[in-house]
Amino acid sequence: MDFSYTETQDMIRDTLSRFLADTYDFDSRSKMIASNGGRDTGIWKALAQDLGMLGASFSEEHGGLGGGYLENALVMEELGKVIAIEPYLQTVVIGGGALKAVGGAVADAVIPEIIGGNVVIAFAYAEPQGRYNLSNIRTTAKKDGAGYVLNGHKSVVYAAPWATHLLVTARTGGANTDVNGVSLFLIDANAKGIVRRDYPTVDGFQASEIYFENAAIPGDALLGGEGAGLPLIERIVDEATVAVCAESCGVTAKLHQGTLEYARQRNQFGQPISRFQVLQHRMVDMFMEVEQSKSMTTMATLKLDLPAAERMAAVSACKAKVSRAAKFVGQSAIQTHGGIGITQELAIGHFFKRATMIENQFGSADHHYERFERLTLAD
Amino acid sequence: MQLEFSPAEIAFQKEVRTFIAENYPENLRSVQDEGHDLSKEDFLSWHRILAKKGWIAPAWPVEYGGTGWTATQRFIWSEELAAADCVGTMPFGLSMVGPVIYTFGTPEQKAKFLPGILSGDDWWCQGYSEPGAGSDLASLRTKAVRDGDHYVVNGQKTWTTMAQHADWGFFLVRTDSDAKAQEGISFLLIDMKTPGVTVRPIITLGGEHEVNEVWLEDVRVPVANRVYEENKGWTCAKFLLAHERTGIAAVARSKRGVEKIKAIARTEQDGDRPLIANPFFKRKISELEIDLTALEFTELRSLAGEAAGKGPGPESSLLKIKGSEIQQRITELALEAVGHYGAPYFRGFGEGDNEHPIGPDYAHRAAPTYFNTRKTTIYGGSNEIQRNIIAKMVLGI
Repeated sequence: MDFSYTETQDMIRDTLSRFLADTYDFDSRSKMIASNGGRDTGIWKALAQDLGMLGASFSEEHGGLGGGYLENALVMEELGKVIAIEPYLQTVVIGGGALKAVGGAVADAVIPEIIGGNVVIAFAYAEPQGRYNLSNIRTTAKKDGAGYVLNGHKSVVYAAPWATHLLVTARTGGANTDVNGVSLFLIDANAKGIVRRDYPTVDGFQASEIYFENAAIPGDALLGGEGAGLPLIERIVDEATVAVCAESCGVTAKLHQGTLEYARQRNQFGQPISRFQVLQHRMVDMFMEVEQSKSMTTMATLKLDLPAAERMAAVSACKAKVSRAAKFVGQSAIQTHGGIGITQELAIGHFFKRATMIENQFGSADHHYERFERLTLAD
Repeated sequence: MQLEFSPAEIAFQKEVRTFIAENYPENLRSVQDEGHDLSKEDFLSWHRILAKKGWIAPAWPVEYGGTGWTATQRFIWSEELAAADCVGTMPFGLSMVGPVIYTFGTPEQKAKFLPGILSGDDWWCQGYSEPGAGSDLASLRTKAVRDGDHYVVNGQKTWTTMAQHADWGFFLVRTDSDAKAQEGISFLLIDMKTPGVTVRPIITLGGEHEVNEVWLEDVRVPVANRVYEENKGWTCAKFLLAHERTGIAAVARSKRGVEKIKAIARTEQDGDRPLIANPFFKRKISELEIDLTALEFTELRSLAGEAAGKGPGPESSLLKIKGSEIQQRITELALEAVGHYGAPYFRGFGEGDNEHPIGPDYAHRAAPTYFNTRKTTIYGGSNEIQRNIIAKMVLGI
């Protein structure tokens, strides 16, 4: 058992932290979001080419730094500290995770492009009726000669307007919610028959509703076995869940720090409000939630390679705790700021918005308590 | 970073597991199983076995009798002790005054007191709280006046755990009444057999005699029994409190407690299903278990920090707050789980009494344990005081 970081991991954290401090201050971020396209593509290029950061979690054979889950968690935490809107989660954690899991020619072709910053992947898995059930899929992929034809509607696909590739879950067989018959495809985001309705999200990203209307895709777009994709999808969603928990550690640490700074300088009743014990104890409770989020994220990150049932229980334990922490820390930050906390002017409100979206991303606290119970508390 | 134990750690785990299985006293096991209060000899029987093996003080530096185990080995050790339901060793010597003596004591004090703490020959108690000094510990009024080579001590201490068995006590006393509260306090070691020391029992809600009042009337204490400088006792007190707080997370024992609740909830019927199938009860268990995992990994992170050279600091207050809350929730759930049979009052078997007590075995001590465990958020610096410590020392507000 060992809980120390390697020198390379420390270096990744420090390098990224310095870069983001220079490029991602609150004003710069606001300008990116307001700009045409809703992001600054130069940042992504710099992360890839100047810092080599997009390769942190990939093997050296693919041109990466040889890391894995821990490196993804480090990067996500730093991105959370500046509420970055970079598509790292979608492209590196989810897209890269799927490619690493299946390996082969497609991984050899696409991973170096991810590392080089030339690829953005969006994950089209959610559907209007599906909530957090990964096998509740109505989108179909029908065999057509050597390829497939896609039909269906995917909900709230983060980063889709920016994407070069879509990672899509679809039914090649079985009925809605069947475990079998689910397949995973990596397709060209601009293929014919894909209709997008783009919109901004409340937390500063761009997303799309995606409609597949007889979109023809080649046979080699299939990742893994046909109809046997669910275990792979569950695995990459678990990896993504832990990654947003790591992001949440960064987001909530900043919510806490910003609240402390504000309470020190805000005077009421002739003194800084940080002197009031009721607020001190609330800020201590925030601190404890942030620390426990870090502990749970470390725990789950280290358990991502365990057999599926143990991995899922650990990830659900982590997300259940981190979701509640995100809610508590976010709401407490706003309450301590008072009226100024609910305006667009201060960064704190924008951190709160991201924390709020993290709460339900890849499953609410209730969803994860229930999955944890199903796996560990049988009669 | 990795979670798996190394081959050497797995071998160590096997070694300590075997040792416990082969050496834990049989009669102590039956006293525990039958739900009796433990006597001084019950506690000491296990203590002496560990002392003989050299495993009684794993956290101490090797030169003073520690084992030299790594943080991971100590983690394994506490897991194995809890998994085997071993009684705890008394913390007053091993976790409290021992570290104060080897950190602040003179060579003579170390030679005189450390062997007795390790062997179990000296049973220690803690003279801190007073009727008028609880959370505001520094307002204590027990007074020590210098008279040649002695101090003459007068005052009253309270909540003194297991003082009825104690050979020695460590006391905070006021040696300068004019100084600011924290600055006039000294740390004295007092032989409990000294004339003028009187111990009176306080019976707590579960019916236990665990805590006492200690009265000190013209008690003569050699100046040689003062640890560290006169009027600097608060330094020792703070050091001791931080040490006390780390063990207080009680993760391994709480894990065992959660297992026991699950077993009860699988046995107890709730209509046509076991209690564990009741979604509301099930949710309370899962919340408890997940919170305990968060505490466990917070402790592991903090141990890793300690191994990297950071001593137990104010962040150990976090472990105390969360650990004590979890201990309480375990006893609450146990009492809730046993239903009707939480009510019968069982005080162990009387002399020659063979009749089986009322209700299932796991219910006998559910209520007394629940009552008793209310102490955890009060002692060792109440959880409100712990929040004050974090606010001041960690957050800087």
